Amino acid sequence: MTLNAFLFQALNGLSSASGLFLIAAGLSLIFGVTRIVNIAHGSLYMLGTYIAYSFATKIGGGLGFWGGIIATAIVVGMLGALIEFLLLRRIYRAPELFQLLATFALVLIINDAALYIWGPEDLLGPRAPGLRGAVEIFGRRLPSYDLFLIFVGPAVLLALYFALARTRFGRLVRAATQDREMVGALGVNQAILFTSVFALGAALAGLGGALQVAREPANLATDLIAIGDAFVVVVVGGMGSIAGAYLAAVIIAEVKALCIGIGVVHFGMFSVNFSKFTLVAEFLVMAVVLIARPYGLLGRPQAAVRSVAEPEDPIRPATPLLKALAAVVLALLLCLPLLAQNSPYLLILGIDVLIAVLFATSLHFIMGPGGMHSFGHSAYFGLGAYGAALLVKWLAAPMGVALIAAPIVALGGALLFGWFAVRLSGVYLAMLTLAFAQIVWAAVFQWEELTGGSNGVIGVWPPPPFDKASVYFLLALVLTVIGVLLLRRFLFAPFGYAMRAGRDSALRAEAIGIDVKRVHWLAFAVAGCVCGVAGGLFAFAKGSISPETISVGRSIDGLVMVLLGGIQTITGPIVGASVFATLQDMVMRQTEYWRALLGAIILFLVLAFPQGIVGAVAQLFGKRRKGQTP
Amino acid sequence: MKTTRLLFYFALAAAGLNTPVLAQGTIKIGELNSYKAQPAFLDPYKKGIELAVEEINAKGGVLGKKIEVISRDDGANPGEAVRVAEELITREGVAMLTGTFLSHIGLAVTNFAGQKKVFFLAAEPLTDKITWADGNKYTFRLRASTYMQTAMLMPAAVAAHAKRWALVYPNFEYGQAAAAAFKTLMKKAQPDVQFVTEQAPPLGKIDAGAVAQAIDDAKPDAIFNVEFGGDLAKFVREGNTRGIFKNRTVVSLLSGEPEYLDPLKDEAPVGWIVTGYPWNKIDTPAHKAFLAAYQKKFNDYPRLGSVVGYVTIKSLAAGIAKAGSTDTEKLVAAFKGLKVDSPFGPFSYRASDHQATMGAFVGKIALENGKGTMVDFKYVDGASVLPSDAEVKKLRPAGAN
Repeated sequence: MTLNAFLFQALNGLSSASGLFLIAAGLSLIFGVTRIVNIAHGSLYMLGTYIAYSFATKIGGGLGFWGGIIATAIVVGMLGALIEFLLLRRIYRAPELFQLLATFALVLIINDAALYIWGPEDLLGPRAPGLRGAVEIFGRRLPSYDLFLIFVGPAVLLALYFALARTRFGRLVRAATQDREMVGALGVNQAILFTSVFALGAALAGLGGALQVAREPANLATDLIAIGDAFVVVVVGGMGSIAGAYLAAVIIAEVKALCIGIGVVHFGMFSVNFSKFTLVAEFLVMAVVLIARPYGLLGRPQAAVRSVAEPEDPIRPATPLLKALAAVVLALLLCLPLLAQNSPYLLILGIDVLIAVLFATSLHFIMGPGGMHSFGHSAYFGLGAYGAALLVKWLAAPMGVALIAAPIVALGGALLFGWFAVRLSGVYLAMLTLAFAQIVWAAVFQWEELTGGSNGVIGVWPPPPFDKASVYFLLALVLTVIGVLLLRRFLFAPFGYAMRAGRDSALRAEAIGIDVKRVHWLAFAVAGCVCGVAGGLFAFAKGSISPETISVGRSIDGLVMVLLGGIQTITGPIVGASVFATLQDMVMRQTEYWRALLGAIILFLVLAFPQGIVGAVAQLFGKRRKGQTP
Repeated sequence: MKTTRLLFYFALAAAGLNTPVLAQGTIKIGELNSYKAQPAFLDPYKKGIELAVEEINAKGGVLGKKIEVISRDDGANPGEAVRVAEELITREGVAMLTGTFLSHIGLAVTNFAGQKKVFFLAAEPLTDKITWADGNKYTFRLRASTYMQTAMLMPAAVAAHAKRWALVYPNFEYGQAAAAAFKTLMKKAQPDVQFVTEQAPPLGKIDAGAVAQAIDDAKPDAIFNVEFGGDLAKFVREGNTRGIFKNRTVVSLLSGEPEYLDPLKDEAPVGWIVTGYPWNKIDTPAHKAFLAAYQKKFNDYPRLGSVVGYVTIKSLAAGIAKAGSTDTEKLVAAFKGLKVDSPFGPFSYRASDHQATMGAFVGKIALENGKGTMVDFKYVDGASVLPSDAEVKKLRPAGAN
């Protein structure tokens, strides 16, 4: 690679960085002020490309294109305001992270809406009027539109900087980022502030998407790709820091461009194709940055957020009623193989539900009582699944051995990653766990000789008698019950109390002699270990596994299950997982637009039960009890 | 007495509700695919299925029964696909499975079919493993495989007399397999060939400007492309603006398929040698009849997906008719050497590796009326590019036949 080629790839990187920055800046603003992890931000970006495409092709010409980009930003901004006003405003008082569930539903709905409006085909917009050609730099041709984009990023950065530093609105935004209760107490109308910040963030996402219309086709898969990239940029730069977001965008884009520029390199016998590292480059950068600088490049430690939600009740041992109920459910499940003789599919669905329950319960263990919001729990599921499957594939291990190995492999991974993760907290911890999950995913994807690459491992079937759904169901039931009871036992042991003490007040816990980091680290490991069992069960239930087992999608499914059930209750994840797995099965069968339907159902549940399903039931009983004894 | 009889009827009715298989009048075909993840291909594909079902049932169905296709989304995820397959079999009581688009999902369902002894006709997944390394007795495949598509392009690639080649492919099974096949075939045909760079961007996330530039910097004489869909559009636009395709031969898989060519509109890369489907220029009677029927029913033109969906169902109907039943073992026997008439002409399912010999069109991309199309194309029969029966026998696991 010559110096000129290197410098030119750096220019390519800068133009990609602008796109990354625009979407990340909006996400960062929204999170800073409202503390909402807006998963739908990528969907707004995608809508931006689609809407700009419509303007550019329906109106056409310079007005349709350039005017369309501005108009798109306004339209998407208004949509953002609408979302905040109609939906999010109703659930600000829900437990932390719950709003994530609502935005997840929006992702599903917006994607199907775009499919309905614009159809399935990729839509490649026209080239930018006035910037169709290329300019010669370093003996190479750089598209003039890319050159324009290189300047857009810094321009928006400057505009935002001045808006935040010099205007009253900006001062309020900064104040709210630091201490929003105080801002409220000083008489600032929070409702208007939140709506306008959400609108501004959405408009930036729309602008970012619209600017891509001349470079890439509007495509229905953009939403998830964009949100993944945006999160990484925001976290690397430091939550709430706009300049940090730009710096991070530049670093990540440059690393990628460099990997591509280097291409295939031969080291004696080996040859390494660096272009394949673009798969994971951003997550490697994120992991390194978070380990070295826990709050991102330009971020500051997160200000303590006084919870706006109702304070959580201390957990209590199960009441006799609950115990009886659990016994009845368990008895019913034990009889299910007999009851389901005429509809064998019930058992297959049952196995899936049990695996989901184990997955969600182990996630809840660290998320709820542990206060560690893991966004990468699929890593331990995947490690368990791959651990079991690879033993079968390479050593022809029997199922028993493979199922024992699954939690051990997952435990190893959780011990390693957990050690780094527990050093952080809040959204930084969430993102570091996500980065680790992505790194595991990429390793599995790339290490073809061992893991089978994108094909994964096939032919992992249970031996007789477990090849019968009824027998395998019972096996899954036994392991799930053991796993759930074990986690519950942990919660009521001194270890569990220490873990919750560390969550509620790290300082006080340290003062009475609890090594909070150590306790949280071990909790993380326990959760990963139990999750590995679920992974092992999954591998044998499906007969095959692939990198999708470790994907971000599965981690998000886990979050959805926990939040749906109610993060503040111990039975929540069990109910949430059962409901979500069954819903998904029913909905995917029913309709062509199943994603929108699933989204709508989740939205309904979100609005009806802001404490989660079990949380709502518990509250109902609680109220009744209070009512009876005034 | 009356009550007992009534109860008895109720019990019967209840039992009937719970027993899935006994629907007398229809033959149920279970179909699963990544509808939400790959809508550009699978939307037309589903229409192709509808057309075939309508035609077959209008003529009285097969074996005197109507056919019914039950479609499911597999969530673009192998684990989910296996669940959906089990659901189709156990709850819907389908007699056979078909569908799938992505290679790894096709493989997972292939393995499932082998394990559960269910008949599976893989419609679209291209990986060679489905019929070769991981093939089994119960799985057949319609679409020309990665190896076949690459082999179809070989004559043109060799004719370019290019020494320095650059490769660009999506980093997953399909792209890797195509690149590997190309390299093997190319080294055999032209021993002095050099592969000067290999770009393998992640599927759906190509950094097109940087990739195009890296290829240009490697100064290749020719480029072999496996990108498709949104990645292809980005790559073509950046490559055109940066002038990297100038004076270079580009050989490209699937880029002539309307699904991927049409979104490029007037920027379709003229002169690329591609496999594809020039739907408006094929004037065989079989294709004309298909085109007319399709346009009449949907008021839209067919994409390649339409043909795949249509021929999948036609294949299954032909197989069931030949087997005289929906019994799995009989179906497997019937599909060996089964002859099917398709819009591309007659083809057959090989007994040796269960691969269909339906071919593809190879030609050059050109611009007509501001739209991409194929010129100088010819139909390459799949049978002409497949290895011999003896060779594939070595590729398939023992006991797969």
